Amino acid sequence: MLRSLSARTLLTATGIVALIFAAAAFQPARAADEMPTFEIHIKDHKFDPSNFEVPADTRMKLVVHNDDPTPEEFESHDLFLEKIIPGGGKGIMYVGPLEAGTYHFFGEFNEATAQGDLTAK
Amino acid sequence: MLATLIIVFREVLEAALIVSIVAAATKGVAGRGRWLTAGIVGGLAGASLVAVFASAISNSVEGTGQEIFNASVLFLAVIMLGWHNVWMGSHGRQLATEMKEVGHDVTVGTKPLYALAIVVGAAVMREGSEVVLFLNGIASGGVGNMSMLAGGLLGIVAGGALGLALYFGLLRLSLNMLFRVTGWMILLLAAGMAAQGAKFLVQGGFLPPMGGFMWNTSWLLSENSLIGQTLHTLVGYTARPLPVQAIFYVGTLVIIGGLMKIVGDGVSNKAKAQRAAAGQVAGD
Repeated sequence: MLRSLSARTLLTATGIVALIFAAAAFQPARAADEMPTFEIHIKDHKFDPSNFEVPADTRMKLVVHNDDPTPEEFESHDLFLEKIIPGGGKGIMYVGPLEAGTYHFFGEFNEATAQGDLTAK
Repeated sequence: MLATLIIVFREVLEAALIVSIVAAATKGVAGRGRWLTAGIVGGLAGASLVAVFASAISNSVEGTGQEIFNASVLFLAVIMLGWHNVWMGSHGRQLATEMKEVGHDVTVGTKPLYALAIVVGAAVMREGSEVVLFLNGIASGGVGNMSMLAGGLLGIVAGGALGLALYFGLLRLSLNMLFRVTGWMILLLAAGMAAQGAKFLVQGGFLPPMGGFMWNTSWLLSENSLIGQTLHTLVGYTARPLPVQAIFYVGTLVIIGGLMKIVGDGVSNKAKAQRAAAGQVAGD
């Protein structure tokens, strides 16, 4: 009986996770068309631009292009992001809404040179 | 070389902590070595595959495939950890008693070892793929990078050593304590993983953040520090949590904890009923 119970609990847990996903799907977390988009390029393990302004209290899209042949991990503790960008590839992330302030980001694989800030105003 | 060592160490540490907790939680169960090895080897194979297909994964689903992939792997691990804990809630005491009586490993046919092998594999695959990508980037840089590669290898050794330290530390506990402590650790591990999965879904735009950061304790303990990162893995410490993460964290605690309690109570009620029936027979 206990064995069937644990199988049932597994099903229940899976069901709950599925429900959360379904709920998330019905509550759009991005309305891609109206969202402001910001593009960053990585070249020679440096960000371009490495310092830019974004609107505060807005959800926005961040597109990071890696123009280097080597992969980079785009990371920000301030913005709560981490994402591998393959060499020659790009990555899209959704950010905000942010309170006004400066937020630091960096490339974890090349921390010596890959550093940048964005300022929400 | 030092920079490489630190980067690889950080990636390996998370997987090493998870593997050591799972290894400690399965102490004394026959056949666990095989399952754990299968998890690690499978995870490494998976890591290489993920690294090879990194571009394809990254570019899928409008450039957010990596987030879906990471979140799915994390939620799969959460379910497996939850299942293990619920199972232990009903069989843990019996298992500990049997192991003490027999004095050696016991075979418990239904113990969901494969669930934990999947957890191990998922952790090794997620962190391992980043190490593979990183080291591959260095290796493709040409000669003169040998010291960086050596740093990477040292990072793997250092991360593994810390995992082993946790494992042998846990083994010093008595059996009953060991199962209780690893049960709690697995519960918190699962909650932290669920919150991390939610973070990836927010980053990929699949979940709303449900508000701004709830608080910011990065001045006190940065997730970038060794202690901060260890706590991040073990209990899901986050310097700037989003409301939606808190919901996933607490939700996981409540669901798994609740199921553990329901199943555990069922077992002790049954034991009580058996004792009562036995007492009645003796009284007759």
